[in-house]
Amino acid sequence: MTISSLIDTPSELTDAASSKTAIVLMTRVRLARNLAGNSFPGWAKPAQREEILATCREAVSATLPMKRSLSLSIDELTDLEKQILVERHLISRELSGAKSGAGAVISRDQAYSVMINEEDHLRIQVLRSGFQLKKAWTTINDLDSALEDRLDYAFSPTLGYLTACPTNLGTGMRASAMMHLPALVIASQMEKVVRAVNQLGMVVRGLFGEGSDASGSIFQISNQTTLGESEEGIIKRLGSVLNSIIEHELNARQKLLEADPNKIFDKIGRAFGILQNGHVLSSSEAMNLLSLIRLGVDLGVFPDTNRCVIDRLLIESQPGHLQHAQRGEFEPGQRDLLRAMRLRSEFANFTKPNFTLSSDGPN
Amino acid sequence: MATPLKCDLCTKPATVHLTQIVNNKVHKVDLCEECAQAKGVTDPSGFSLADLLLKASLNPEPAAAAGVRCEQCGFTQNDFKKQGRFGCPACYDTFSALIEPLLDTMHKGITHTGKVPQKALARKSLYDRLTKLETDLTEAIKSERYEDAARTRDEINQVKHSFGQKPSR
Repeated sequence: MTISSLIDTPSELTDAASSKTAIVLMTRVRLARNLAGNSFPGWAKPAQREEILATCREAVSATLPMKRSLSLSIDELTDLEKQILVERHLISRELSGAKSGAGAVISRDQAYSVMINEEDHLRIQVLRSGFQLKKAWTTINDLDSALEDRLDYAFSPTLGYLTACPTNLGTGMRASAMMHLPALVIASQMEKVVRAVNQLGMVVRGLFGEGSDASGSIFQISNQTTLGESEEGIIKRLGSVLNSIIEHELNARQKLLEADPNKIFDKIGRAFGILQNGHVLSSSEAMNLLSLIRLGVDLGVFPDTNRCVIDRLLIESQPGHLQHAQRGEFEPGQRDLLRAMRLRSEFANFTKPNFTLSSDGPN
Repeated sequence: MATPLKCDLCTKPATVHLTQIVNNKVHKVDLCEECAQAKGVTDPSGFSLADLLLKASLNPEPAAAAGVRCEQCGFTQNDFKKQGRFGCPACYDTFSALIEPLLDTMHKGITHTGKVPQKALARKSLYDRLTKLETDLTEAIKSERYEDAARTRDEINQVKHSFGQKPSR
């Protein structure tokens, strides 16, 4: 399998069949693992990094879920290819910045990806569309156990899995959900939510993790602590936090509609107008407009079947994907023109908004 | 009279007093205006008390343990201060005095209660057993205790046999 065929293969994220996932777009679980007796990637000598990379690539590729996978070394990739993998959440920005001695193994359906020599020797990830925390955990647990047959993990009975950064000690697990929370953003309640979630030991970040912004009203919510609690315990606690955020978002939508439906319909209608007719769209503006259309789908302004179209466009409007589709590299200014053109053609035949149905209330 | 609180990060008088509840535990931090700005305390989304506590407890550390070096990888406490990450798994033993007090503020507990890599651990204990038996064997031969040597050799074969069959628990 090659990188270009991977990019063109429908992925868990770009081709999610589950259009029911109104608020949780996707669930992700990652495990940090290291090999006993080896320096962590940030401290290892280049030769040792290469050795670890080779050992891990071989071990990971041999597991069942990676039967048909792409195993790559970071120095084989172009900047554009790396950017696409980051936009699909298959590798991190940190890994894409690595010069050499790092890589990744990615399953064909892109539900599994294992980064090698990022902050830790192994960052195992499972990605599922929709709200599937438990499923994601059991799948990643199996992959981890399969790797254990082939690799000697650094583990301490008291501290658990030993990681480069002490904040990942113990389970080494970070479980997260990507949530679409437009009503909480419109109602300016996000700050309150962030504070409440923090107090429960969970963290809220933007779409691409630490330090990224939350354009498109998409947030990543994950556990902050990894030691002193079992994986199941963390999953359960995160699940209940996510459920309560969903409830708050639904309440906020209800309140917005009750207070003044015209205000919210105006936002959705304008977004639709710009997507149909705009000529210059930055990626952040496109995200925000698509987010409003997605809210429109949830409120019954557009048919339910359109949700997966929007979810696909949210990814395809990202700079890397846009340039890949146009088969070339373009300056940001040119990209904004191309993006608007792409969205105009997508929305030319989009179902007309129907603002009358919505008296039934949001679904 | 209470003396004015000093900033936890530098020695200036503290004007920002922050209390955060993490995992039902109250954590308090006192900062001066500048450090509060620098640490992003004013921006609730980008701020983690755990990070701050980690740095606060590292900064005033005298050179006491600064000379300690990880035997396995040569990492020092100064390297940890600079990077916030360790050099290798053995560093957790080397710097246990440094890390243990931090874990409590960073995590929900200080003891691992999650998954255990059973297969890897079983494999390791077999390896350790084998290494020990092999040393025993050499010593027995050296001191001409041939009966012991024969018994040890049988045991080694047994361990090697179980290796072949079950890397599992």
